[in-house]
Amino acid sequence: MSLEPEMLKSLVKAAAEQVIASAAELTALDQAIGDGDHGANMKRGFEAVLGKLDTIAVLPPGEALKSIGKTLVMTVGGASGPLYGSFFLAAGDALSNKQLPADLADVFGSGVNAVSARGRSKAGEKTMLDVLFPVLETLQSEAASPDLIARVRTIAHEAVARTAPMQATKGRASYLGARSVGHVDPGARSSCVLVHAVCDTLEARS
Amino acid sequence: MTDTVGIVIVSHSKDIAKGTADMVRQMVGSEVKVAFCGGNPDGGLGTNVPLIIEAINQVWSPKGVAILVDLGGAETNSEMAIEMLPESRRDRVVVCNAPVVEGAVMAATEAASGATLEAVRRTAEELTPV
Repeated sequence: MSLEPEMLKSLVKAAAEQVIASAAELTALDQAIGDGDHGANMKRGFEAVLGKLDTIAVLPPGEALKSIGKTLVMTVGGASGPLYGSFFLAAGDALSNKQLPADLADVFGSGVNAVSARGRSKAGEKTMLDVLFPVLETLQSEAASPDLIARVRTIAHEAVARTAPMQATKGRASYLGARSVGHVDPGARSSCVLVHAVCDTLEARS
Repeated sequence: MTDTVGIVIVSHSKDIAKGTADMVRQMVGSEVKVAFCGGNPDGGLGTNVPLIIEAINQVWSPKGVAILVDLGGAETNSEMAIEMLPESRRDRVVVCNAPVVEGAVMAATEAASGATLEAVRRTAEELTPV
């Protein structure tokens, strides 16, 4: 798979549309353990991305990812802006001198590491990283699997559920301490929505 | 040597940011440049990278700029704003790990004396419980 403009456009469009469609769910999750703005923030950011879709889709893939990142940083308005923004900025940087699909795990990993650095967070702290790390591990260890897309989809879905029993030690939910236990993390859920949007698009094309 | 470190106040609420800036002006005076911002791009509670960049540029001084923030997203967005500045300015802007109101007053007091960015940051951060 090379990332041609048409494919890139489908991926970005699906990701944006599915995040926008999930806004109410993300907000409900965030109302339980955060400040209730995750859905609205992500919706605003990805609406801005959709608005630039035609411009983004004709850029070289690395530049396209960076443009998405910058758009999210400038429009999301919550901590998820810099976090997702850093993911796309770093992944875009990495993609500039790598090839897809061979280096997919490397490119994705650069993005995940940027999120970890930006949030000064690691796995197990009830954040989006608890979805992004398992997805990265799957991309690394099962790269050759014919079922890679289906596996990534399942892993992401299961990873979201695993954030429920975790106690948050990073982000707004950490103010709740033990009371954050029992709720799925909104950032983990939005990461899963994005990963699933990519899986859907790739499956529809393969 | 009349330059002083600029102060930026970033809150999720524009009212808190403005109120904090008012307190700084009343308690420290107007010799220190203070800018504030708050609210997400739709005007609701939140923080906003373009507004933070604008605030930094408003109070820019060759001595640097100290940013005071309230909660998590304000810090993350401020760090992101710093990274988006021109390279020559990036290492002269710091986010202070201090409570926003007290930190802003202390930072501005120190800045008014003509102190360095590092001294301003240290003074604000002395308030942080260890």
